[in-house]
Amino acid sequence: MRASAIEVTGLCKSYGANQAVAGVDLQVKEGEILAFLGPNGAGKTTTVEILESFRTRTAGEVSVLGQDPATAGLDWRERIGIVLQESQPEAYLTIAETVSMWAAYFAAPRPVPEVLELVGLGEHRDQRVGRLSGGQRRRLDLALALVGNPELLFLDEPTTGFDSTARREAWAMIDGLRSLGVTVLLTTHYMDEARNLADRISVIAAGRIIAQGTATDLARAASLRTRISWSAHELSSAELPEGLRAAAFEPQKAAERREPGIGQSSGPARLVIETGEVTDTVGALLEAAGRSGRKIESLEVQPPTLEDAYLALTGEADRSEESTA
Amino acid sequence: MSSRGVRQLAKQTRFDLMLLWRNPLASFFTVVLPLVFLFVLTALFGNDLVTSVGPKLASRFVPGIIALSVVQACFVNLATVTVFRRETGILKRVRGTPIRPWVFMGAQVATAYAAIALMAVLTAMIGWAVYDVSLVWKTVPSLIATLIIGGAVFCALGLAFTNLVLNETSGPPFLNLIVLPLYFVSDVYVPATDDTPRAITLIGDIFPIRHLAVALQRGFDPLSNESVWPAANWLVMAAWGAAGALIITRWFRWTPRG
Repeated sequence: MRASAIEVTGLCKSYGANQAVAGVDLQVKEGEILAFLGPNGAGKTTTVEILESFRTRTAGEVSVLGQDPATAGLDWRERIGIVLQESQPEAYLTIAETVSMWAAYFAAPRPVPEVLELVGLGEHRDQRVGRLSGGQRRRLDLALALVGNPELLFLDEPTTGFDSTARREAWAMIDGLRSLGVTVLLTTHYMDEARNLADRISVIAAGRIIAQGTATDLARAASLRTRISWSAHELSSAELPEGLRAAAFEPQKAAERREPGIGQSSGPARLVIETGEVTDTVGALLEAAGRSGRKIESLEVQPPTLEDAYLALTGEADRSEESTA
Repeated sequence: MSSRGVRQLAKQTRFDLMLLWRNPLASFFTVVLPLVFLFVLTALFGNDLVTSVGPKLASRFVPGIIALSVVQACFVNLATVTVFRRETGILKRVRGTPIRPWVFMGAQVATAYAAIALMAVLTAMIGWAVYDVSLVWKTVPSLIATLIIGGAVFCALGLAFTNLVLNETSGPPFLNLIVLPLYFVSDVYVPATDDTPRAITLIGDIFPIRHLAVALQRGFDPLSNESVWPAANWLVMAAWGAAGALIITRWFRWTPRG
């Protein structure tokens, strides 16, 4: 079993009467990429900055690489790398000069050319930082975090402002850190980023961790169901066994009932079943189709997305916060 | 001081010097502008003898311009660079690395001292070559001590004043707004004479810039009756430096204010 790179229990941080972090429990295993999600003001940045030793805590236990960040010394800083949400390296140095300057801060840095190749900036080594694009600058940020050869990397919204291509490239780069054995705590607002990169996801809302696990675990925690749909022309409601017939509905008709006019559609009617028992339901549908001599070519199985789960979980946390206020 | 710390200090200073020379605005305000002032002042006021036996008027401007260079390099430029680094997240990121804070800040101070040394030599040489201003050689140890003390005092004040600067764009105007009026009452542009209103010299005496300029004047006036060692001026400057150091230790910020 892998040891924990980060272990947090009951972490609290208050600013006067305002409790920004209200009892966070968090664990990140060595070599794991954990995505840390949460709406603005949920306590995400405060938590991460306590782990990075930029802020002190009010209460709780925190261990990062086996040490308390509040008292950890320079030897501890040798082992971590940080990419801030916003930072602007010196504009008048070249890329290679900037990384070389940063390398001097560490006792055993990675060779500068190796770091530049790792982040895809090898060809641009002599380019001035002030002339870099947003994507190249973010790569340089990552290079500065990697040059100290860290065991643990804090990435705060590393792809904000990137176009789709640059984001994909950055993901490949971050994913490549796995092979180096680096543990990553990734803070992001992008659900696809968390889904593509993270081994596990933690969701924070109103200063508390409200869910942790894989995307599937989060969907389960949010009690979300998988949506199975097909064309009503291929298999009508009347042809379904009784249990499925009760569960099946036509979304257009349901919408029309709620708000007349809204559900009118020129497309073919579809039947939908939302279920937690995907295999059984699909099996029963195929069996019913077989009995009726039909084929369901239009069958779609849509598991809940991470975004669905995130919105459901954070919305729930908001409602619970309002009801206790 | 560990050998690793010294190596880091040397390397960081090299990069900070590179940044100073490559930044057109910083190098203009630190190196070019003081020399422009020297040429403008001598063009405006001439270079006649101050008394019938000397010295020449430029012997008052040369130490004033050296004093101005110290203030520009240590106070204005150091504070501007530090606020920029603070607000753009550079200082915060540096605090997340194992470099010792004194090494990082020490490199900025060493860069300011390198600029002082360059400007003192350059201004004295231009004064000698163009305006017939001679250095009083016996005062050289005292001049060097004044530059070292002045550098330390204005670096401390520069770093202390970063607390008052809200963001990187308001830095240069705010800092220049503080020093520009003081230059006029501190013997930097126009040396005080017997006709200078007492109130002006009194105001100048409160602040450290005049004490720096007056201490440097002794090195370029062969007829001065003053002691070679301007202890009173050093003491006033040191008091300001101590206040600055106190503010730094108590309130210096590594993280952005914005």
